[in-house]
Amino acid sequence: MTIAASTQLICFLVLGAVIAIGGLGVVLLSNIVYSAFLLGGVFMAVAGLYLLLNASFVAAAQVLVYVGAVNVLILFAIMLVNKREDLEPIKGLPTRRLLSGGVCAGLFALLVRVAFTTPWAVPGPEAVGEGATVRIGEHLFTDYLLPFELASVLLLMAMIGAIVLARRDVQATDLGTGQSADQGLIEKSRTPLLVDQPPA
Amino acid sequence: MVTSLATTMTALVSPGLDLEFSFSQALQGLGLSPDVAHLLWLPLPMLLVLVAAVVGVLVTVWLERKISAAVQQRIGPEYAGALGVLQPLADGLKLLVKEDIIPARADSVLFTLGPVLVVVPVILSWLIVPFGQNLLVSNVGVGIFLWISLSSIQPIGLLMSGYASNNKYSLLGGLRAAAQSISYEIPLALAVLAVVMMSNSLSTIDIVDQQTGAGLLSWNIWRQPVGFLIFWICALAECERLPFDLPEAEEELVAGYQTEYAGMKFALFYLGSYINLVLSALLVSVLYLGGWGFPIPVEWLAGWMGQSVDAPLVQVITGTVGIVMTVLKAYLLVFFAILLRWTTPRVRIDQLLNLGWKFLLPLALVNLLVTAALKLAFPVAFGG
Repeated sequence: MTIAASTQLICFLVLGAVIAIGGLGVVLLSNIVYSAFLLGGVFMAVAGLYLLLNASFVAAAQVLVYVGAVNVLILFAIMLVNKREDLEPIKGLPTRRLLSGGVCAGLFALLVRVAFTTPWAVPGPEAVGEGATVRIGEHLFTDYLLPFELASVLLLMAMIGAIVLARRDVQATDLGTGQSADQGLIEKSRTPLLVDQPPA
Repeated sequence: MVTSLATTMTALVSPGLDLEFSFSQALQGLGLSPDVAHLLWLPLPMLLVLVAAVVGVLVTVWLERKISAAVQQRIGPEYAGALGVLQPLADGLKLLVKEDIIPARADSVLFTLGPVLVVVPVILSWLIVPFGQNLLVSNVGVGIFLWISLSSIQPIGLLMSGYASNNKYSLLGGLRAAAQSISYEIPLALAVLAVVMMSNSLSTIDIVDQQTGAGLLSWNIWRQPVGFLIFWICALAECERLPFDLPEAEEELVAGYQTEYAGMKFALFYLGSYINLVLSALLVSVLYLGGWGFPIPVEWLAGWMGQSVDAPLVQVITGTVGIVMTVLKAYLLVFFAILLRWTTPRVRIDQLLNLGWKFLLPLALVNLLVTAALKLAFPVAFGG
């Protein structure tokens, strides 16, 4: 085995281990902040796999979108809503865990079966390498134009929805409870200072 | 292909000045296999770039101290070496031997990992900075896009150290830093996209090559003046330099996410921010100021003197001029950044976000659209 091939194998094994262990950590850790940071690590390892597959543009896009945007937003949300409250213990937690563990194990068994029974075309088609940027661009503006545009409409809808939900002053009533929205939170009336009050 | 940053006299004998080739030949002469020789070669350019980055930081720190002193009519450091040039080294040594404190209630793992996550992407980004036609660590096809995606990792490190410090100033500083770098990344990427559209490539080498036709006149700054300004403002915001240094605003947040850090971990933040500044300046010179290009094309000069461009001596001179020009342009920009820092007041957080989202983003979009239209209308001048 040449040095290049063995380096590739070692990289693949390390990245695979990081993805598997990190993924388990994201699900199993009880501290949500750790889970979020580990998720970033898993995303990075996936980008590493893309690099190994000679798809550098996809790898860079993975880092930019998943690590730089999605994961940062998740962290942002967690840290802005950092309430230290003790959650009520859920009834029958061991049974629930056992059930979800069973479902996951079943799914895993199914995936392993599919992976071993599918006749993979080995070696696959030759990697495009540096030409991938051009190819992706061509596809996005020809045969994948409709899904591409639909995705942008979907994102626009989500954005407008988020703005409407965040700006309570647009609605007179709260969307969740139906009570009138507390306008005082948005523009607080000036409370008189101590010096302005008449002496008692 | 990995070629070299340094030009030595031994390289003169080999055609094309391919240092990797001669290095590999020399090692094979000692009885090593080509694979092993390649493996031994690989770390050399990386080490060289790492050393260059750190030396660049030392110079920048010294410049910062001297220029800030001149702005405020002080003298600045003057005892450590001539004109105080050794002062940054003394600073570094002090930070190196300082006690490393981890606060009792802090999360020690994340606290240690945070600064590392801030520094590593910045240093990695140096691999796409070209100092000459073949003088860079790796000519990756996605080049400039790699830098954009790597710099998006930094906010995670900032959030991590802000959270792990278990301190409200640190957390606020970390959140501000992340918000700031997310909002300024978008206009920055759009400004880069306009340049990429003109050069039809993401590779930094191709971007510079496209600006080398007529020397000074073919630099992108004439075709992308708006893009240049957007990029420079966003780069300053990404580096958290004044007027955008809100994440570490001393008067409000003590020192932001750095508040609890001391010793080497603080030094990593310090190093990271200065490496980032030099890197941004280098990339501005690559994207808009013709990279390694001399104001008058070296090919013309060689032609006037009746020399072949491929002659070894001319190649060595061209390479040297390339390195000098890149560094000179970058340090001119660093000088402007330092002057800006010591002359402008800090913006407020709402002003910062308004500038990013309501002014720079639409402007960058319009710039992109106009560039596309000009490219279609005048393909000769705008790289059709």
